[in-house]
Amino acid sequence: MSATTSSNRRFFAAFLLVALLVAGVASYYASSHPDGLEFVAEKTGFLHAAEDSAVADSPFADYGTSGVDNERASVAIPGILGTLLVLVVTGGIAYAVRRRGTHAPVDAAA
Amino acid sequence: MHVPDGFLDAPTSIATGAVAAVAVGVALQRARRELDDRTAPLAGLVAAFVFAAQMVNFPVGAGTSGHLMGGALAAVLVGPWTAVLCVSVVLAVQALVMADGGLTALGTNIVLIGVVTAGVGWAVFVVLRRVLPQRLSMIPISAAVAALLSVPAAAAVFTGLFAIGGQAPVDLADVLTAMLGWHVLIGIGEAAVTGLVVSAVVSTRPDLVYGARRLVAARTAALREEVAA
Repeated sequence: MSATTSSNRRFFAAFLLVALLVAGVASYYASSHPDGLEFVAEKTGFLHAAEDSAVADSPFADYGTSGVDNERASVAIPGILGTLLVLVVTGGIAYAVRRRGTHAPVDAAA
Repeated sequence: MHVPDGFLDAPTSIATGAVAAVAVGVALQRARRELDDRTAPLAGLVAAFVFAAQMVNFPVGAGTSGHLMGGALAAVLVGPWTAVLCVSVVLAVQALVMADGGLTALGTNIVLIGVVTAGVGWAVFVVLRRVLPQRLSMIPISAAVAALLSVPAAAAVFTGLFAIGGQAPVDLADVLTAMLGWHVLIGIGEAAVTGLVVSAVVSTRPDLVYGARRLVAARTAALREEVAA
């Protein structure tokens, strides 16, 4: 049991590390071209219908941190905070709705 | 693919909001069958990874980019209903904190990026899993093809919504053609990331992969028989 638990911990820690590196480091190298929808909206003439979000003034709007001049840090901060926030909220929901205990894989509906 | 405020009119946005609310409600109930003590943490991590990966736009040529949607990836790793929950949390955090995707468009985005990609992705994956050889090495391939198709599917549904409640006069055939064309290309990136991540998890912890449960169970049973004999 304890061997399984520690193996789980290592696996989950590695998974989280990858997510944090993607959000905190790789995100800096993201393409700044418009995404597929925005590009099509511009080409076919409906981009002008877009309106600013009501939270467009959020300190982390557009994955930048207002007041942080360093470009790497500016994108890393919302990346890492957002990743952790999503982890906690989704993990919390998953724990709340899960079946207690560990079930044999056979009983999966899949 | 994050839809901003203003693209769709209020009735359409309210309708997609209602569909999203029902989908999340059903997902909260059905996810119970997919999650236990062992796999619940993976759901949180998959959602965290999808959030992270959605920050990394990759170029797809001619001044366009795309990023992972993640519905198919999450469906294969933690189950289709849990996937809807994962992507919905990602979209809610993006809309509320990063102003990525409109607030009134949150329902639309949950339908497109959560429900459609998880639903289409899972359906394609299940069909491929049935017809391909029953081997673990086939799981990432099935997941990649499912991911590839899930992206143009979401693009097609967006075009349908725009036909109903689009806030600008456009040639819908042009929109559909352009949306499908670009999102097939973005789907190739979706397939690459999905195949890579599923392959990494299947090769280290196949027992945690929802889409591989039956295969792992069958393999365990076969091993037990061998040991007994």
